[in-house]
Amino acid sequence: MAEINQSRFLIKITDLHFSQRGRKIFDGANIEIERGKITAIMGPSGAGKTTLLKLIGGQRHPDTGSVEVDGVNVHKLSRRKLYALRKKMGMLFQSGALLTDLTVFENVAFPLREHTRLPELMIRDLVLMKLESVGLRGAKNLMPAELSGGMARRVAMARAIALEPMMVFYDEPFTGQDPISMGVLVKLIKKLNSVLEMTSVIVSHDVAETAAIADYIYLISEGKVVAKGTPEELNRTDSEWAQQFMQGLADGPVPFHYPASDYATELMEPK
Amino acid sequence: MSWVRDRLLDKLHYLGHQSLNAFARLGRGSLLLLQLIFAVPQAIMRWRLILQQIYSVGVLSLLIIIVSGFFVGMVLSFQGYITLVDYGAEESLGTMVALSLVRELGPVVTALLFAGRAGSALTAEIGLMKATEQLSGMEMMAVDPIKRVLAPRFVAGLISLPILAMIFSAVGVLGGEFVGVGLLGVDGGSFWSQMQASVDFRDDVLNGMIKGVVFGWVASWIALFEGYDAVPTSSGVSSATTRTVVHTSLAVLGLDFILTALMF
Repeated sequence: MAEINQSRFLIKITDLHFSQRGRKIFDGANIEIERGKITAIMGPSGAGKTTLLKLIGGQRHPDTGSVEVDGVNVHKLSRRKLYALRKKMGMLFQSGALLTDLTVFENVAFPLREHTRLPELMIRDLVLMKLESVGLRGAKNLMPAELSGGMARRVAMARAIALEPMMVFYDEPFTGQDPISMGVLVKLIKKLNSVLEMTSVIVSHDVAETAAIADYIYLISEGKVVAKGTPEELNRTDSEWAQQFMQGLADGPVPFHYPASDYATELMEPK
Repeated sequence: MSWVRDRLLDKLHYLGHQSLNAFARLGRGSLLLLQLIFAVPQAIMRWRLILQQIYSVGVLSLLIIIVSGFFVGMVLSFQGYITLVDYGAEESLGTMVALSLVRELGPVVTALLFAGRAGSALTAEIGLMKATEQLSGMEMMAVDPIKRVLAPRFVAGLISLPILAMIFSAVGVLGGEFVGVGLLGVDGGSFWSQMQASVDFRDDVLNGMIKGVVFGWVASWIALFEGYDAVPTSSGVSSATTRTVVHTSLAVLGLDFILTALMF
């Protein structure tokens, strides 16, 4: 078993099919995520990027196909084992998902208090260390409502790494951030990944920021992996779709116009 | 006549859809109740969480309970006096006020007020936690929100409502005394002694408390379920809050009828 667990890939998604409310979200996707690297999953809005993270975390079940994390199939685990696995996963939600009735300090302390029996002094030190690493030790007594969006995400990051997980998932970490907080977040993700020797998965559609730190990128669209490779490879790829996405072009394989009947005919036709 | 048939079929389809939804909700609700009950022992181990919730669910409801109790007692006393005085039986005013409160009005009105004050707040809180991914976030931190968030609130409701109902009745009796003895001139001695002689601890007070526990269970269960099952949007949370108040009120009135029929 030990050998299998130490394979190069931490997460292996094989032939994933998933549909929700009658809509097909994944249609045979294959994704492998390497240990210790930053892997980005990119794609247009509604391509199922967040759903993918929920599938990896065991919050959703695939119709067919398998999701293996550290050598075990997530969806075949008992509830107890799944919860044990989740302790090794940190997740940064798009909204931060901080607990609004707890202070910043208590939010970061939350996983430690729930899962360990550490003495109060040690919890204090650990929380301060995590907050220091995201630069928010001074904000420890603030309530989540008093934080800016970027700060809330940094607190959520500190909380996600509180239990020193093997892997951290970032759900749209850059959306809606001003350039400075964006820069801070980009730097932090890179730093945490190398300092803590974690595996990071970023789900995003912010091409420039993500490509700047990702070691490997998967582009997904309509339930399939459309292109994959290092950022350089993707920039040079001859896939038209990948080019359109990476360059942010308005028209291309993804048409500017929503499918409609002929323009002239519709204008001329009687009411 | 085919349009008549179409309309009828539409109605039938709608009816079937609605009943299926209702049954599915009932199933999810029962499942949640089961999970809550299994989570109670662990919740009790973490009594601090329960204490916090008793504060927000119970202590913060005290003002409305005390004020309403006092007014209900006063009105009861007024109305009771008008009827009793015709038969020269105004000494029984204490009995009448106390029995009405302890047996019926205490638990029922408390539960209705609880649904409006605490139940709606619970639903909104849980619903918003769901909408802002806090519950999902907990799950991903390997913390079961049912155990950590819902169960302590459930236990708190279970403990708070019977106590609030008792306080309601006690304050109501004082309100009754204020009007009956203080304003209408009923003899204070007979007001209290008749009450003492005819209110039985087991038959009246204990049964009233049992009602309180049952209502506390139903009110917290409905409030938590509506929040947990809410569509995670602002309109979803708002309609869930409304449903909490409406369903709890109806359930309390219905259950009160059954309990009264069984008890007295």
